[in-house]
Amino acid sequence: MAKWIAAVLMSLALCAHADEDLDKRAAALEEELRCLVCQNQTIADSHAGLAADLRREVREQLAQGKSEQEVLDFMVQRYGDFVLYRPPVKRTTWLLWFGPLLLLVAGAALLVLRLRAGRSRAAGPQPSEEELQRARALLDNDKEQP
Amino acid sequence: MIPELGSFALMLAFCVALLQGVMPLAASLRSGSSATRWLAVARPAAYAQALLVTFAFACLVQAFVANDFTVLYVASHSNTLLPLYYRVSAVWGGHEGSLLLWIQILVLWTAAVAALSRQLPAEVVARVLGVMGLISVGFLAFILWTSNPFERLLPGAAEGQDLNPLLQDIGMIAHPPLLYMGYVGFSVAFAFAIAALIGGQLDAAWARWSRPWTLVAWTFMTLGIFLGSFWAYYELGWGGWWFWDAVENASFMPWLVGTALIHSLSVTEKRGSFKNWTVLLAIMAFALSLLGTFLVRSGVLTSVHAFATDPKRGLFVLVFLALVVGSSLLLYAWRAPQVGLGGRFALFSRESLLLVNNVLLVAAAGTVLLGTLYPLFLDALGMGKISVGPPYFETVFVPLMSPMLLLLAAGPFLRWKQAGFKDVRSLRWVGAAAVLLAIAAAIAVGMSPLLVMGLALAAWILLGTVWHLLQRLRVFEDNRTRFSHRLSTLPGSYWGMLIAHAGIGVFVIGVTLVKGREISHDVPMQSGDIHHVGGYDFRFVGLQDVQGPNYSAVRGTFDVTRSGKHVTTLLPEKRQFVSGGMPMTEAAIDRGPTRDLYLALGEEVKPGNWIVRIQHKPFVAWIWSGALLIAFGGLLAALDKRYRLKKDKV
Amino acid sequence: MKRFILPLGVFVALLGFLWVGLRLNPREVPSPLIDKPAPAFALAQLHLPERQIGTRDMAGQVWILNVWASWCVACRQEHPVLMEMARMKLAPIVGLNYKDARDEGIANLQRAGDPYVVSAFDQDGRVGIDYGVYGVPETFVIDKRGVIRYKQIGILTPEIVTGTLVPLIAKLNQEGGNG
Repeated sequence: MAKWIAAVLMSLALCAHADEDLDKRAAALEEELRCLVCQNQTIADSHAGLAADLRREVREQLAQGKSEQEVLDFMVQRYGDFVLYRPPVKRTTWLLWFGPLLLLVAGAALLVLRLRAGRSRAAGPQPSEEELQRARALLDNDKEQP
Repeated sequence: MIPELGSFALMLAFCVALLQGVMPLAASLRSGSSATRWLAVARPAAYAQALLVTFAFACLVQAFVANDFTVLYVASHSNTLLPLYYRVSAVWGGHEGSLLLWIQILVLWTAAVAALSRQLPAEVVARVLGVMGLISVGFLAFILWTSNPFERLLPGAAEGQDLNPLLQDIGMIAHPPLLYMGYVGFSVAFAFAIAALIGGQLDAAWARWSRPWTLVAWTFMTLGIFLGSFWAYYELGWGGWWFWDAVENASFMPWLVGTALIHSLSVTEKRGSFKNWTVLLAIMAFALSLLGTFLVRSGVLTSVHAFATDPKRGLFVLVFLALVVGSSLLLYAWRAPQVGLGGRFALFSRESLLLVNNVLLVAAAGTVLLGTLYPLFLDALGMGKISVGPPYFETVFVPLMSPMLLLLAAGPFLRWKQAGFKDVRSLRWVGAAAVLLAIAAAIAVGMSPLLVMGLALAAWILLGTVWHLLQRLRVFEDNRTRFSHRLSTLPGSYWGMLIAHAGIGVFVIGVTLVKGREISHDVPMQSGDIHHVGGYDFRFVGLQDVQGPNYSAVRGTFDVTRSGKHVTTLLPEKRQFVSGGMPMTEAAIDRGPTRDLYLALGEEVKPGNWIVRIQHKPFVAWIWSGALLIAFGGLLAALDKRYRLKKDKV
Repeated sequence: MKRFILPLGVFVALLGFLWVGLRLNPREVPSPLIDKPAPAFALAQLHLPERQIGTRDMAGQVWILNVWASWCVACRQEHPVLMEMARMKLAPIVGLNYKDARDEGIANLQRAGDPYVVSAFDQDGRVGIDYGVYGVPETFVIDKRGVIRYKQIGILTPEIVTGTLVPLIAKLNQEGGNG
């Protein structure tokens, strides 16, 4: 019952908006849905018959007062998550949505470790006595060159 | 006959590549004069391979030009009606031929390395050429075993199937060669890194040798990606220029890592630091190039770019990828711990900022990889099928890149090793100016927080870059007489940095304004209708039929006026090619420095009544200009005098 | 020093996924409607437009819904297999004539034979959308309780019929059919 009232109220509210607003909302939704036929375009851009049918569905449902989420749910019920270009946030996609942040944090951690290691290390490994002697010998040789 | 010669040349090239790959690298296991002889094989082998592959490539070009439909590949991708220049570009219009182009570009890079590296120690050159030879072996094997473009079709076809109409365009002629110059060019940086790991000599000299090659490869990559985007914009008919498609991402990832690499190389060159990091980046950049090759040709991901797929080919590339990258990462894991840390630097210094820059770029590349491959991950684990498209990438990419843009302007002001707050104090005025400019611009075009942020970042970069130049020239000191001298002694790498960074600022302006303020309408129109978009009036005058060399088209005429004054006439077309297939949309674009007007015919709903897509795209030309500036910056940096051959060296 | 082995480890994991990926078909969109009630519909019949056919008419039995069209080239390849299935009396096959012209649909069946007990006429494709149809032909197996138990995307072949459909329908026939 409550849903019914909400739908009526929503559709009354939406009637107050101009047609242009409907166009904008439909266009925005069409950019979120994948064309299942060509599979590499949104239904906004695809020329496939199914894309045209789905665009019609989107428009009709918005005009009836459905919300953006309801239209998307309609599509997902029938075609699965595949039809959404913005993957839903669920357990299986946590890694996808939080991955970039994790990468940044991991990178920052590596960074901090690297910078600390660079500073805490003493002036580098000291050359051994043998190496120092070799170095002197080489330098003396160099000096002898014309 | 000629195709068989081409095939034979490829087989010979395979043998030569085997020699070039194995002997110089095996020479490190030998000693004395036989080792020197084995090392000496590298250069002549590289030249011989270049000659053989170029000959084979020429044979394929000849087959296309002569319309030899007894060659299967020619029959599948060409047509007698095809104009000559497209017959030539059709050589790389399909899987087999584009692989041959890959190899052709690889041998050219190899020959260039062989010719332009006289001042490098012999073992280094030999190892570099050796690694590149092994890569050649892999690709030649791939071609000869699974994808030979010279395969015969007997009896020959009477007529070819035609080049995909989408590829019949000048942008498509240049896009693959430019892009491959980039992909393949990263193999040089890779080869230098592997050679350095093998020889145990990872130092500033290695970075100095490697950097110009990497810069040129990166420049070509920038141009290749730019051209692909520019082409998609005018050819595909929906007004977009980047779709985060799997193959677009496959080129963007190596570019991101390549950007990190060129910055990392400069640190290693100047300060000897970051050595392990730089080597890893060089391996990663080429690994991503190879991964891109795999993704496009294996059928593992859907993409509008994907070549005709064959799991056997996919497996071959995967094995090759596993061998090349697996062995290089193994080598890295083994050798890297022995490499010293190099010059130390403080927490606040240019080095540390560049390190942050690298982390951000690699995180960005990782994010793109995650998004591109995630559907595959889930499917492989049996956890369902999802799609990851532009909404995802745009949501995650902007927050990731914004810090980098912020640091971009500040970085050049910090001193090496130890910077002080004094270095960047003057930037607070630049920052304030940038924010004010952004707010003013946003008020002019329509306020929105994202718009302000984007414009502020862009202004920050542009103003900061100019400010750095002024400071470097010490314009504000009294010594005017030395000004021209200072200007002329600025090194190429400095100009390169300035222009490339400025290019990024210009690019961000374009992206921000197009994404924020673009207007797009899909409206049904028939002759006589007028539609208003973005202050312009578009009047549909009429339709006419036109003929092209291998297509027939419907052309619409649209008069565009603004406040009554005529601006332009747009002539979009819907082309049907003689060889069949879906009709192609040719958009009509009126380009300008502050906006593009974009018009494309959609569907004909009733005779004479078409759905027309009309778009007003502010500042979209700045996207292309920005990309070109970035590429130009890369070129200037590569041409810096200090990388040129020192002819007087003994 | 173990952190230097990390890139290799990540790479090997990636290779594993790519290798598995070679066997998968990224273009196939599995149906979310499996084990869910078949979307209800009531459409005009193809041959007799004044009469209707819908899910309610098929309740209580195992049945097959085959989506076809006269303009669909692949459907012609599948047609003999459907005829054979009709002969075998596996289960009643209801056709869903998808986005077609009525006379062309009827002519098509007259030419090639009619394996369907009845064909429903889905002119604007709305029922197709409800069933998640994105390509033609597609075939659904629906059980006695009206639940979709199997969807075939693409052409039916004799192997699929004998290997998958026959055993499945036998199993479904043994199940009870409570509302």
